[in-house]
Amino acid sequence: MAHEETVYDALDHAHGGEGQWAFGTGFDDPLAGVDTTVPEGVDPADLGAYCLMLGDDALVLCQRLTEWATRAPELEEEVAIANCGLDLLGQARLLLARAGSCGVLGRSREHATDSIPDEDALAYFRDPDEFVNHHLAEADGGDFAQTMVRLLVASTARLALVAHLRGSRDPVLSAIAAKGVPELTYHRDHAARWVLRLGDGTEESHRRAQAGVDAVWPLTADLFTATDVERRLVEQGVAVDPADTRDEVRDVLTMVVERATLTVPDWPADRPSPGRAGEHTDELAPLLATLQGLAREHPAATW
Amino acid sequence: MSAPTAVRPTEDELQAQFDATIAADRRIEPRDWMPEKYRAGLVRQIAQHAHSEIIGMQPEGDWLLKAPSLRRKAVLLAKVQDEAGHGMYLYSAAETLGADRADLTDKLVNGKQKYSSIFNYPTLTYADCGVIGWLVDGAAICNQVPLCRSSYGPYARAMIRVCKEESFHQRQGYELLMTMMRGTPEQRAMVQDAVDRWWWPSLMMFGPPDDDSPNSAQSMAWGVKRHSNDELRQRFVDMSVPQAQALGVTLPDPELALDETTGRYRFGQIDWTEFKQVISGNGPCNEERITRRRAARDDNAWVTEAATAYAAKHAAR
Repeated sequence: MAHEETVYDALDHAHGGEGQWAFGTGFDDPLAGVDTTVPEGVDPADLGAYCLMLGDDALVLCQRLTEWATRAPELEEEVAIANCGLDLLGQARLLLARAGSCGVLGRSREHATDSIPDEDALAYFRDPDEFVNHHLAEADGGDFAQTMVRLLVASTARLALVAHLRGSRDPVLSAIAAKGVPELTYHRDHAARWVLRLGDGTEESHRRAQAGVDAVWPLTADLFTATDVERRLVEQGVAVDPADTRDEVRDVLTMVVERATLTVPDWPADRPSPGRAGEHTDELAPLLATLQGLAREHPAATW
Repeated sequence: MSAPTAVRPTEDELQAQFDATIAADRRIEPRDWMPEKYRAGLVRQIAQHAHSEIIGMQPEGDWLLKAPSLRRKAVLLAKVQDEAGHGMYLYSAAETLGADRADLTDKLVNGKQKYSSIFNYPTLTYADCGVIGWLVDGAAICNQVPLCRSSYGPYARAMIRVCKEESFHQRQGYELLMTMMRGTPEQRAMVQDAVDRWWWPSLMMFGPPDDDSPNSAQSMAWGVKRHSNDELRQRFVDMSVPQAQALGVTLPDPELALDETTGRYRFGQIDWTEFKQVISGNGPCNEERITRRRAARDDNAWVTEAATAYAAKHAAR
């Protein structure tokens, strides 16, 4: 009897092995074998708060990118945007789980039942004022040009930070950073290529790309001023001071934007990030309402 | 006294070669001669399949932003991404036959080519994502595994990967439903409701009954299709009933019963009027699906134009 007679046998026999799976059938745990004890002298509340900052940036930007699903310009772009979204989501999950394990759960546990894991309690049961992402992540995506400019800026800044974070004294942050570097390198490369094509493409795409740059640039004001939590963790060798990444980030962005035949706007003056303090634009609340609605309707459910 | 000229095989000889390849169960490859009807039929079938993958992103895509846990969001995003990938392989397979992706997309958004009518039903709750994985992807697997042996090489090879990923999708759907059935009473009710809505449309995925399937005979003879619609449908029912029992849901068919003599399940009459309504464009979501697909293309046409202009500029430099 032909192998196709039973569906699963046919699949096993069709090519053998597991090599045909897009991602393999097993998933490597990036934290396997990593010591999860909070390093000596580090306040778990600080470490958790820091993880939340980096986790929220990733989670909120993932949600914005996912808005493109089924609406992207090309099928190749559906695949690419989903890749970026999945990478950011993976980073967010690890970071939120780390925040939870450090006991940083905010008010989320007042609403989420015990069966809900920390990463979901934090993602689904915090209110907007407890989110600590930069405004850069939450800003409405605009058209495809603005989406790619934002992705370029966000991935450039995050890559610069995460590359240094590989040397963190916290082994968990260091492992998450090591996983993130190749991912963010791809995001930056993908976004940069689009900014080049759009900037140096047609008259319309040039106009849109410039509008995207002009809209996103002011949001870079928030990226380079450390919070008190970050300052303490920098001293302890756990965190990276975002101010130390400023030159690298600006150099990369300037190079790409100029190569794209676009005008680099004046850099805004640095300011403490309102987002890191829980102060957000009106764009975050509806984003979170969509993200959280179903989970909150069924607080006792497991999925 | 002229030098011998290369003898061109006659149409009859080419046809004989083609027939011999099919009879020997070997593959036809893109550069091989093939009858025009074989080529056109394959383009129609592969394009319809590709369109189904792309339109099929939408029903579940509607839940991507709302998935109730981060793990489910990751699973669903990976799944919808796979479907985009399947569409790409399949459009590429169609291109080996001389078709053009942009032209096929035109035909889709202008209603000149069809896609699986299952995707014209709405996804009302999160349980629908699980049921689509279990039943819709399950039915797709039954339909598609035999296509891994399709007589057309590029299609057969694309289908191997598609089927592997589809079986992963089916398992994640079933696993979601299992988790929900162990959850709250509201979750269990959601699962049963979704099963009630998707069961019959899933059976319709195998196409009209054999005695009313105009293209089937030729497709079978050419090795493009390997089993009849009714045979595949029966296989799907036999596979699904024990899975439903294990899940603890009731399939919405009072006539569903094991035939002790054949060991197969008898099932009730399918509402082919509904099927014809949906396939002819009057399903609950036909318009919405096509409108969104058209918008993705038209609203972003400037992006494609820019990429083309950029490539031309840089090739010229």
